[in-house]
Amino acid sequence: MASLAPSFGRGAMTNDWMDIKNADLLIVMGGNPAEAHPVGFKWVIEAKVKNKARLIVVDPRFTRTAAVADFYAPIRQGTDIAFLNGVTRYLLESDKIQHEYVKAYTNASFVVREGFDYKDGLFTGYDADKRAYDTATWEYEIGPDGFAVVDETWRHPRCVMQLLRKHVAPYTPEMVERICGTPKDKFLKICEMIATTAAPERTMTSLYALGWTHHSSGSQNIRGMCVVQTLLGNIGMPGGGINALRGHSNIQGLTDLGLMSELLPGYMDLPLQADKDLDAYMSRHQFKTLRPGQTNYWQNYRKFFVSFMKAMYGSAATAENNFAYDWLPKRDVPTYDVLRAFELARQGKMNGYVMQGFNPLMSFPNKTKMTEGLSKLKFLVVLDPLQTETARFWQNHGIYNDVKPADIKTEVFELPTTCFAEDEGSLSNSCRWLQWHWPAQEPPGLARTDIDIMAELHLRLRDLYAREGGAFPDPILHLHWPYEVARRPRPDELAREINGYTVENITDPADKNRVITPAGRQLDSFAQLRDDGKTACGCWIYSGCYTEQGNMMARRDPHDPDNRGIAPKWAWAWPANRRILYNRASSDPQGKPWAEDKKLVWWNGSQWVGFDVPDYGPAIPPSQAVGPFIMNQEGVARLFVRSLMRDGPFPAHYEPFESPRKNLLAPDIIGNPAARIFKQDLAELGSSEKFPYAATSYRVTEHFHYWTKHARINAILQPQQFVEIGEELAREKGIANGGWVRVWSNRGALISKALVTKRLKPIICDGRPVHVVGIPHHWGFTGLTKKGFSPNSLTPVVGDANVQTPEFKAWLVNIEPTTPPAGEMV
Amino acid sequence: MADTNSLDVIRRSASSDVPPSVRTHQEVAKLIDVSRCIGCKACQAACEEWNDVRDNVGVFSGTIQNPPDLSARSWTLMRFSEYENPKTGELEWLIRKDGCMHCTDPGCLKACPAPGAIVQYANGIVDFVEENCIGCRYCIKGCPFNIPRYSAQDNKAYKCTLCSDRVSVGQEPACAKACPTGAIMFGSKGSMIEQAADRVLDLHARGYENAGLYDPPGVGGTHVMYVLQHADQPELYQGLPKDPEISPLVQIWKGGAKAFGFAVMGLGLIGGFLHYITVGPNEVPSEAEREAVELEREEKVKQAAEQGARR
Amino acid sequence: MMDAGIREASGVIYVPRYSALQRVNHWVTAILFVLLTLSGLAIFYPWLYFFSVFFGGGPATRFLHPWFGVGLVVSFFFLAVQFVRNNIPNRDDMKWMRNFRKVMTNDHENLPELGKYNAGQKGVYWSQIFLILALLVTGIMIWDQYFYGWTSIPTKRLALLVHSLAAVIAIAIIIVHIYAGIWIKGTGRAMTRGSVTGGWAYLHHRKWLRQVLAKELRERSTTSAVE
Repeated sequence: MASLAPSFGRGAMTNDWMDIKNADLLIVMGGNPAEAHPVGFKWVIEAKVKNKARLIVVDPRFTRTAAVADFYAPIRQGTDIAFLNGVTRYLLESDKIQHEYVKAYTNASFVVREGFDYKDGLFTGYDADKRAYDTATWEYEIGPDGFAVVDETWRHPRCVMQLLRKHVAPYTPEMVERICGTPKDKFLKICEMIATTAAPERTMTSLYALGWTHHSSGSQNIRGMCVVQTLLGNIGMPGGGINALRGHSNIQGLTDLGLMSELLPGYMDLPLQADKDLDAYMSRHQFKTLRPGQTNYWQNYRKFFVSFMKAMYGSAATAENNFAYDWLPKRDVPTYDVLRAFELARQGKMNGYVMQGFNPLMSFPNKTKMTEGLSKLKFLVVLDPLQTETARFWQNHGIYNDVKPADIKTEVFELPTTCFAEDEGSLSNSCRWLQWHWPAQEPPGLARTDIDIMAELHLRLRDLYAREGGAFPDPILHLHWPYEVARRPRPDELAREINGYTVENITDPADKNRVITPAGRQLDSFAQLRDDGKTACGCWIYSGCYTEQGNMMARRDPHDPDNRGIAPKWAWAWPANRRILYNRASSDPQGKPWAEDKKLVWWNGSQWVGFDVPDYGPAIPPSQAVGPFIMNQEGVARLFVRSLMRDGPFPAHYEPFESPRKNLLAPDIIGNPAARIFKQDLAELGSSEKFPYAATSYRVTEHFHYWTKHARINAILQPQQFVEIGEELAREKGIANGGWVRVWSNRGALISKALVTKRLKPIICDGRPVHVVGIPHHWGFTGLTKKGFSPNSLTPVVGDANVQTPEFKAWLVNIEPTTPPAGEMV
Repeated sequence: MADTNSLDVIRRSASSDVPPSVRTHQEVAKLIDVSRCIGCKACQAACEEWNDVRDNVGVFSGTIQNPPDLSARSWTLMRFSEYENPKTGELEWLIRKDGCMHCTDPGCLKACPAPGAIVQYANGIVDFVEENCIGCRYCIKGCPFNIPRYSAQDNKAYKCTLCSDRVSVGQEPACAKACPTGAIMFGSKGSMIEQAADRVLDLHARGYENAGLYDPPGVGGTHVMYVLQHADQPELYQGLPKDPEISPLVQIWKGGAKAFGFAVMGLGLIGGFLHYITVGPNEVPSEAEREAVELEREEKVKQAAEQGARR
Repeated sequence: MMDAGIREASGVIYVPRYSALQRVNHWVTAILFVLLTLSGLAIFYPWLYFFSVFFGGGPATRFLHPWFGVGLVVSFFFLAVQFVRNNIPNRDDMKWMRNFRKVMTNDHENLPELGKYNAGQKGVYWSQIFLILALLVTGIMIWDQYFYGWTSIPTKRLALLVHSLAAVIAIAIIIVHIYAGIWIKGTGRAMTRGSVTGGWAYLHHRKWLRQVLAKELRERSTTSAVE
């Protein structure tokens, strides 16, 4: 979510699944929720049925979502930024923005430093060798008062509004058509529909998923929509927002709890090698406000961090040892993401891999590279409820996994784990709800919960360190392990720890003898966290999930006052049970709702009240002019994200690394100039001469990733792999519907049956057609379905410039009819 | 099939007995709003789950429609049609959940020769009672919608039961329960018709001027109804019949032909009986026997003469 | 062998009409016809569904009926081949039919002398040939256990109608056929013992009687000459 956080302050879906029903207009780009999120899609239908909303779908394919859309337009994959900047241009040119909102709640009036520019596809400060920018000029001009300079009139040539106008000027409807292949009339029709939501009483919601993130400019795709929605005043509003539809159950929990190599729980970051001590680390996390009187909640960073360290190391974390700061690992590179991990594995620099809930052989780009990497490991531990392909990477499955087992020396351990229906715990959904669940049945065979396995691993390692010592035993030996049964920590024990508790008595600052909160109490919220070591909290944003009142995540009261789609007593949402983020922005600067039927949170004269928990200081009067985006140093939403993103403060159009077309706006630039690509992977890119067709991968509704092929009913519903192509390409290549085809890229090939459909039409870009080849994933060489190939046999190893999400949605292939593989009758 | 007394039978195949009818009942209906169906197949999965049937894991055969057809173990199926609307020039992907329509005048029940193998409950559900099924597949020929399927495993016919077992205890069918978008609604037939009217108005407002309810009168109406964007062309939805009715051939077979058979066979029997008691038997008189003996004698004489002549 | 050749006893001669094989063939066909009628009517008329108990229940009835049909077709085929020569229509049939009222009222005056079969019997023969053929063809069309995919459902609907109509007509004709055997005394003997009395033959099939006498006597004298 490295686009929502720079724009609004938090890396999460801004609104709520249920809130989608309040929208007047829904736009689905970069996603196919009807197919991939069918259950959540009920709220889209609800908006259509109950709210008479219109649904727009922009996609290279006519998807299941398009099947129920009011308006569909095609777009070539990887060109969404051109489209969105075109929309922004339209809104600015036709003055269809919500002026009062943009004035008060965005950084449109902020003046940017001298020297910032965008030319020939590059922002100021580009270093081609490092593939990175020096972002010094991407900041605000700071005035003599120490705050950013603003020009409320938007006349200053370097104010964000003027820079934005200039930046989007080339994206005319004609240019959009040339780049994206979206016919001009359709594009303009969509612009008109979108523009209607500039009215305060109308909102548009944007729904996206991996169709935007699976690109080398993935984060900037989302940024494109952030700009549009901010200009329209649709952030913080019921039925508005930018809604990142998470795919995996609990994938929101993954980032929330910091399961990324560069993160700590609650979106704090793991120290860098340069952060020699706690003070050095904290100096990078000052988060001084950029405008007078703003809240900027990140100013409390030290409280979150110290409380986290107390949760990790208990009494071993003291003020004297900087709360055990030295025991944290320090990063020597920005991230150890999966792409880097497998690069290291391929280079033989990795000994072992413990894999939990993860099937990289199928899921990450370039299967050949994955196999090479796995083959060079000394050991591989797979914790999974299912028999994954990765656990069987060494096994020969004919063309589907053509390896020589005798040559692979990796020792593989498979530890069967429970699945969600067999264990207890919480799942964090897309809209940040933490919902507790209970086991429905006993796990089969020898399966154990992941918690048990990890606990056992820890205890054995701890014993070994205790007995034998080692280079650096402290972080292991002192890990706080307060569980009743050390070998089996209970989920509720972990949840209580994550919520946080008082370590010592908290006394009244005025009267040291008066205890406000005694030691050992569950915290009510992160507002109680302290930086003196008297509180412990495993993940500050989750604070409030398990209080003295009990397990808030287990609440199941569906009551929804005024039917607003909030249901505040159903489970618990971070932060502080707020369901719609930035909801202060649903009222005007005076605290009055923008529109009566879009009421959410408002000022009643003495405090902020409403249907949702105000995302704001509950008693800050409107007269103080504190911005509604309390996580941002500016207090407002960012149209211009300063240096918070590696590849630019504004979204700019770049072609995918493998593209059938040159970048029309900057013909010399290949791919996203700030995206990282390893040398060998760069050499393995294919050209559009050899690989003329634009491939994209996606899922189908009948399956979930590589899991459900192990379930009989899902296997029945979609038993075998297929590749989708349009009728024109089929005719050109002599491919029959249901016949076998071979699809190959510069990295590999796959053989599959073909589905010839009217739903994939050539996309006319710059007067010439681009044929799209659609490659759904889900089939592998284990499970109950027919064996198949993963699209990662073909995909390039390059990821988003900010978060390294692989470019699975746009690359190049060639295709030809072929004969069935041996052993296949039909 | 459900054998529960809260679903009183009002019609029973191959039976003439009048069922009890003093209790009041409400007709139920399932309303499938095709315009909000996303083709996710949750209904298919729920159907297999609830009814404990599992079809075979097949192969891809050029369509995402899987299994490729209804079967004795797939009682409902999403059917997909890619339709290029000549009026708008736009592609439409029409997705229809196929399955038993639970006709008011069910062709299967009419055709069924086995007493009580097909029943119609007072709430409108048409149910197969497999223990009475003889496996003749007449239901397949009687059905105007091509729904029932035969199992070679047990020689019985199967189809959607509208979850009569669930409905009998006040629950909605499994497919309606599972449908994420509310495209499958369930309730009294009256309320479903009202719901449909709302949906049709909404579709009109979205430019589907021929949107409408599919509740074909040719079979007396159905207890599974569709809201269609193009109610004037139901065939677009993978051959949903425009004016379905029980085939006239089936009507004659189960009507006129029975009467005709009764007449001709009865005529033979009664005619014979009447003839026998009025005209009486045709006996061989003794003169005839004598004539025959005489004939034999004459023949002998004739042959002897011939032999003599030859010698 | 019983009833082979002409016998005389107490002033009556007995003339051979059907060989043992023909009689067996006939009765096999007849029994199958009855089984088909019972099983078919069980499936056709709900109020006759109880016939199905004779066959082991509904499913068994459904299973057996077409196999009875196959048996009947085979059996009837041999019967039909053997009888075809004497069932070719001729001029006498017209005369006989013109005098049908007399036939029905047991009035033998002025009836033409007939060969082995009269026009009524020939009618039974030919109608059964056509009806059984129709039943066979339509029966295969609806024998879904083995031939489900061979025809479409609309074709099967037509086949069902034709099959049922053909069946009831065939049954009606066989009822008449059986009645004729009851009504015309002395007929049953032909299919039970193989012979008829000379008087019966004289009365109903005099031309045939003459032919048989001529043939049989000639054979007998030839045989005795050899002896």
